[in-house]
Amino acid sequence: MALLEIRNLAVEFGTARGRFRAVDGVDVTVDAGEILCIVGESGSGKSVSMLAAMGLIAWPGRVTADVMRFDGTDLLGLSARDRRKVVGKDMAMVFQEPMTSLNPCYPIGWQIAEALRVHNAVPRNKVQDRVVELLEQVGIPDAGRRMNAFPHQMSGGMNQRVMIAMAISCNPRLLIADEPTTALDVTIQKQILDLLIDLQASHGMGLVLITHDMGVVAETAHRVQVMYAGQMVEEQSTDALFAAPRHPYTAALLDALPERAHGRARLPTIPGVVPGIDDRPTGCLFNPRCGLVTDLCRSTKPLTANGVRCHTPLGAPA
Amino acid sequence: MVRSMFRFLFRRIALIVPTFIGVTFMAFLLIHLVPGDPIEARVGERGIAPERLAELRHEFGYDLPMWQQFFKYEVQIVKGDLGMSVVTQQSVWHEFITLFPATVELSIAAILFAMLIGLPMGVIAAVRRGSAFDYGLMGMSVTGASMPIFWWGLMMILIFSVTLGITPVSGRISDAFFVEPWSGFMLIDCYWSEDEGACSSAWSHMILPMIVLGTIPLAIIARMTRSSMLEVLNEDYVRTARAKGLSTPRVVIVHALRNALIPVVTVIGLSVSGLLGGAILTETIFSWPGVGHWLVESIARRDYPVLQGGSLLIAVLVIMVNLGVDLLYGFLNPRIRR
Amino acid sequence: MSDIAAKTPPMPGALALFWRSFAENRGAVVGLAIMGILIAVSILADVISLHSPIEQFRESFLIPPIWQEGGEWSFPLGTDDVGRDMLSRLIYGARLSLIIGFSVASLALLTGTTLGLTAAFAGGIVDIVIMRLMDVLLVFPSLLLAIVIVAILGPGLFNAMLAVVVVTLPGYTRLARASALAELARDYVTATRSAGAGTLRLMFDVVLPNCAAPLIVQVSLGFAVAILDAAALGFLGLGAQPPTPEWGTMLSGALQFYQRAWWVLALPGFAILFTVLAFNLVGDGLRDALDPKLKR
Repeated sequence: MALLEIRNLAVEFGTARGRFRAVDGVDVTVDAGEILCIVGESGSGKSVSMLAAMGLIAWPGRVTADVMRFDGTDLLGLSARDRRKVVGKDMAMVFQEPMTSLNPCYPIGWQIAEALRVHNAVPRNKVQDRVVELLEQVGIPDAGRRMNAFPHQMSGGMNQRVMIAMAISCNPRLLIADEPTTALDVTIQKQILDLLIDLQASHGMGLVLITHDMGVVAETAHRVQVMYAGQMVEEQSTDALFAAPRHPYTAALLDALPERAHGRARLPTIPGVVPGIDDRPTGCLFNPRCGLVTDLCRSTKPLTANGVRCHTPLGAPA
Repeated sequence: MVRSMFRFLFRRIALIVPTFIGVTFMAFLLIHLVPGDPIEARVGERGIAPERLAELRHEFGYDLPMWQQFFKYEVQIVKGDLGMSVVTQQSVWHEFITLFPATVELSIAAILFAMLIGLPMGVIAAVRRGSAFDYGLMGMSVTGASMPIFWWGLMMILIFSVTLGITPVSGRISDAFFVEPWSGFMLIDCYWSEDEGACSSAWSHMILPMIVLGTIPLAIIARMTRSSMLEVLNEDYVRTARAKGLSTPRVVIVHALRNALIPVVTVIGLSVSGLLGGAILTETIFSWPGVGHWLVESIARRDYPVLQGGSLLIAVLVIMVNLGVDLLYGFLNPRIRR
Repeated sequence: MSDIAAKTPPMPGALALFWRSFAENRGAVVGLAIMGILIAVSILADVISLHSPIEQFRESFLIPPIWQEGGEWSFPLGTDDVGRDMLSRLIYGARLSLIIGFSVASLALLTGTTLGLTAAFAGGIVDIVIMRLMDVLLVFPSLLLAIVIVAILGPGLFNAMLAVVVVTLPGYTRLARASALAELARDYVTATRSAGAGTLRLMFDVVLPNCAAPLIVQVSLGFAVAILDAAALGFLGLGAQPPTPEWGTMLSGALQFYQRAWWVLALPGFAILFTVLAFNLVGDGLRDALDPKLKR
């Protein structure tokens, strides 16, 4: 049984000009011990779908799905109270901006301890010891003293380690990391990523890594989902995806990687931008930017078949 | 940490000195700009012989150059001498300190009333943004902030005292009771005296002035709390708190309100000046025997030393409160507590 | 791509955009409507009022409004204790209040902006002296300061207005200085300066228009403060003197009649409240429309 299973997820937000679907018809499956990467440009809905899984889409956003199960439990059927027993305990999330994701008014140790206390993860008198242990686990030196520091007294990398410590404090079965390294210096990025992978391996967690960095995907993921404009356009195992991308968008993303562009004078780019609220094209959402566009693509929305949402997938028998 | 606290305090106090000198200069100017000679004002309308006038002028130093007079005044102030009331011949300081507790009691009651209602209302409006409650509160808030409180007080008297007859019209306590003025705060003194009748009388006298004086702070606090909460509820750390699986009340109160309070407390602190201005009107309407009432009467009696000394003391009080707010702000906001 | 671009509506004019943003705030539109009525009433005061605001009808003391027993059609809102028509007094009071608000707000704006811009441009000792002076004004509760100033100058409407100008001055000065300093740090100012623009030109032609938005909001709110403070001074007997139909002054005389004639007490206060409310609502609406940063 999959750890997290989501079928036909849609997330809508009300705007001044009617409802806007930020995520549309997305399926996600994560198994225990698996690393799934969700890739896409900014605004592709990759974070929103995971926030929906965590139950963090606030009113007036609206979440619908045919299936949303965690470890066999129907998340949508749970009461708010019961869902909070899962969120933060069995499934936890690390966010993009470590500097603003921690409460500036409380010491970091207190913030980790709060997660432990609210889920009764350890006996009350063991909370402090556990906080120190967690901080050491995520590689924060001098943990006993650092736990009294405020977020503004620490660097971004250190704060992200605190966020990770907080997320793993109750030994979650699934960890979602939403672009955990984007806001950090390049030298720190690698350390944080390695930390996440080590923790994933040692705890046997499922890990969902949201990123826009194909390099990160290649290094870490077992399986990849590519998102575009709120839809999943392709899903494959990492090796297969890098060897033979099937959606033209994925192919274009991979072509834009410097490592793959040897011998070419300039790096290829994808023309145009991700469609916003007002300029959704009819038919395939990628058709204005696609090199293989046909009349069918302009008129009819493609459905997902064999892990790709495309009328003219690459490598398909013509 | 303690050392940096002291440095912060020291820097703030250093900034106050020029303001203080400016304030005393304003007070000094008051007496010298008022039409008529201060000595003549002092002797009243009986008139005085020119020789005697010159003698007195010399005696009080009014023949000295302005800057020397100002210097003398400054020395006098630092010694704590604020002059004498022309009418009662009592020292201004003495009169002020006798009446001051009444004003403080009323102001504290008003601000507590405003906070007790305004903070929760602002929080609820922010959490239920766009609801009927939110719109209702915002409408009431802008109305409250536009309220001419001297008229508001009159209307309250008209409704609750004259028409319904449930509250007294003026004063702090009914004449039927005598309570030993131990702290000067009527409610506390009544509580200590263990006289229930006195207690309920003091409360019934307090309720209308408290509401009237608290109306504008209430409007400001509710509005400020709402907008501050709205901002904070969008912060990343609130999302983190929810991602921990905390209940909504805990997220709102422990994580959001704690941060939202920082600007609200500043606004409350800075509203003390406005509160004292409002106290002048409220005390006048309810014949509340406080400093505001005293100052308004001093104008009618042309008792300029009282107006001068009283204004100066109130300005100093505002300076002190602002300093206190700064320190409290540093305490509430760890980010500036380096 | 081009067909997508063609579908987006044409960019509306700046004024239309401003109005749409302003009208989103219902309260602001209501405030604007009240303001319109007040302005119309003040202009037409001579035409629409039935009597002179100071004419005393000796045989008609404390006549109640028409809907109450004993009301007379010649005095729709009743009369006060010396037989003056309430409605006429309220109408002329509206004119007076708008004049007070306008004069005080514009004088304070003019002086405050000049002081604030001077402080921002001159810097150094001039800046320190001006801003310290404003700090001194600010530590006095504004009503107390106004009272003290009137005590020095003597009671009367004109002196009360001057007092309110002084009291509201620090707000404008601080705002103008802060906005000017923020603008001075921008690249376009440096560009204009290096193009050889003189200081005065830079001050009034370049920087001032760009920090106009917060000042416009402040003026609208300043109108409200001016009317309220002037009325408070009138109520304390320090502002306009009887028989001037100033709303605050009308209330001060009405105190003794609260048991017999509620209308003498209630009506001027409602007039103050609605007027101040209108300007506050419009001010809030302007802030929302002019300052996208504060908008949600």
